[in-house]
Amino acid sequence: MRRATLLRAAALCLALSASGAAFAAGGGAALDAANNDVGNTKSLQRGFKYFMNYCSGCHSAEYVRYNTIGAALEISDAELEQNLMFNAERTFETINISMRTEDATAWLGQVPPDMSLIARSKGVDHIYSFLRGYYRDDKSATGWNNTVVKNVSMPHVLWEMEGVKAKAESHSDEGAAADGHSAADKPAFDVLAAGTMSAEEYDDVVRDIVNFLDFISEPMQLERTQIGIWIMAFLVIFFFLSLFLKKEIWKDVK
Amino acid sequence: MARAESELQIGQKDGGLMKWINDRFPFDKMMKEHVTEYYASKNLNLWYVFGVLSMVVLVIQLLTGIFLTMNYKPSAAEAFASVEYIMRDVKYGYIIRYMHSTGASAFFIVVYLHMFRAMLYGSYRKPRELIWLIGMIIFIVLMAEAFMGYLLPWGQMSYWGAQVIVSLFGAIPGIGEGLVDVIRGDYSISDITLNRFFALHVIALPLALVMLVVVHILALHEVGSNNPDGIEIKKKKDANGVPLDGIAFHPYHTSKDLVAIVVFMAAFFAVVFFAPEMGGYFLEHANFEPANRLKTPEHIAPVWYFTPFYAILRAVPDKLLGVILMGAAVVIPMFLPWLDRSPVKSIRYKGVITKSALGLFVVAFLFLGWLGLQPATDLYTNLARVFTVIYFAFFALMPWYSKIDQTKPVPERVVMKGAEHA
Repeated sequence: MRRATLLRAAALCLALSASGAAFAAGGGAALDAANNDVGNTKSLQRGFKYFMNYCSGCHSAEYVRYNTIGAALEISDAELEQNLMFNAERTFETINISMRTEDATAWLGQVPPDMSLIARSKGVDHIYSFLRGYYRDDKSATGWNNTVVKNVSMPHVLWEMEGVKAKAESHSDEGAAADGHSAADKPAFDVLAAGTMSAEEYDDVVRDIVNFLDFISEPMQLERTQIGIWIMAFLVIFFFLSLFLKKEIWKDVK
Repeated sequence: MARAESELQIGQKDGGLMKWINDRFPFDKMMKEHVTEYYASKNLNLWYVFGVLSMVVLVIQLLTGIFLTMNYKPSAAEAFASVEYIMRDVKYGYIIRYMHSTGASAFFIVVYLHMFRAMLYGSYRKPRELIWLIGMIIFIVLMAEAFMGYLLPWGQMSYWGAQVIVSLFGAIPGIGEGLVDVIRGDYSISDITLNRFFALHVIALPLALVMLVVVHILALHEVGSNNPDGIEIKKKKDANGVPLDGIAFHPYHTSKDLVAIVVFMAAFFAVVFFAPEMGGYFLEHANFEPANRLKTPEHIAPVWYFTPFYAILRAVPDKLLGVILMGAAVVIPMFLPWLDRSPVKSIRYKGVITKSALGLFVVAFLFLGWLGLQPATDLYTNLARVFTVIYFAFFALMPWYSKIDQTKPVPERVVMKGAEHA
């Protein structure tokens, strides 16, 4: 798995040289790198667990089937049914929510977005920074605000783990961005209440969730890179064959 | 006489099926004319592979397109979900889809390079004006094909990109507004628009493309391929009527093309398997969000292959004038055969003015492409204006600078690589 990821990374650099920088454009706050690895099955399993326990009450993943996840993450159907499927009967079903649109609109102002493709539309760094960017704000309806999504309608679901932060007095938004350091280097927050986890442990939890979201945004990506290696190997051999053929045919041409 | 006749038959496939077919259909005759006895110059270089690569991409697009339509649903309610169904639940559906989405960008890469080759070596000049014109029509049909195909995934960029581009026709005085309604079939981009774009994308335009490509190649084979020296090889023939500098398309050029095809395939599949989004240039990030008519994306940018023309559109403050200039930018290369007054065809024998003009043109085109992807700030808009002027000046001033430019003498025969010292 890790080998495939390395190869994929190498090929990514090779294949022309598209920059992911285009991604960050328009984001506002500087984003921290998620550095997740979809080849890490253990991390994906933890991410799946967190997703089902903390996210799936409100967020659907309407294109993602439980058995697709199970097959890729080495989780048996029995385990899926017993521990991970809260809102489905059969493993081929997709991850849906039971919240009604009227209720969601009344409670949160909008239906929480579907998570099937969120890692592809927003990017993993965006979600990673978003889930680490919650702070206490008494002026907002939920009591929470976010450094990445201003006036976010989603409350801080993971607050028990992370604890409660508030924006430090000395740090304005502009100040944090202007000194060129990411929030991780220079915390711009005061801790109001400690969580059940250390900052590092919480970052790992968020990374696992982001990793899982990355995986479900394209469940075939692991298979894709592995097939790709064989295709490239075939083409390299075919290249030499075609080159020798050409040389043979052209050798008498003056 | 009898003996000569029997000898004549020895060379023919006189047995069974092939004779039966050849008596009824000119198979051998066509193979000779277009393949085994079609003579192209010996010294065709790397620039000459992009024609055959365009054909390869066309075939990739047609084949993967057929398989995509087997699972795609052309309806506003189902389109986005059906694409995700292909990506997740159809066995190897994601490979088919990535090949098609990568193929769209690959098509424009090879076609732009193919067109640039023609500009380098004067392939549009007499007697190949018609090949160039047909090629330009293919390019315009290809743009329409790509644009309509981009609506089909029904993502945010599909929807808003189509909204912006279609509304451009509204700038035409008098008929504009009505025309826009006719194109959309509705008062905004809707299910109806999606249905008709689907019909045009999978039937009408591909059919037109294939037919135009056949005409393009027939016209080419009538006059013969150009070469990097811009010499008509048919002027010097041997006793058998074979051009002295020519060599049969098959097996010579085909074996050369095969190497190019394999190299292209390697690059193509490297993208398909390892970077199908190409950092958001081949598959835009915002297009992974379903179309939402109530939520305008903060930054609407067309896919990269349209951005040079999009930058020209934005560079003009007046909407109608911008649309006219954008249209003119697409169409103006059609006039190249009559704008170029140089006594020589190939860049090899052209002077410093033409070489600089072509260099400037390439820089302007690339910069316009980059600017089309950026938000329209004052600086960028002014830069786009400068490059727009360069773009049009390249064509508008060509009759003058191509005539006064100091050219080099053109050799009698084509120059083989490494043969100069001989």
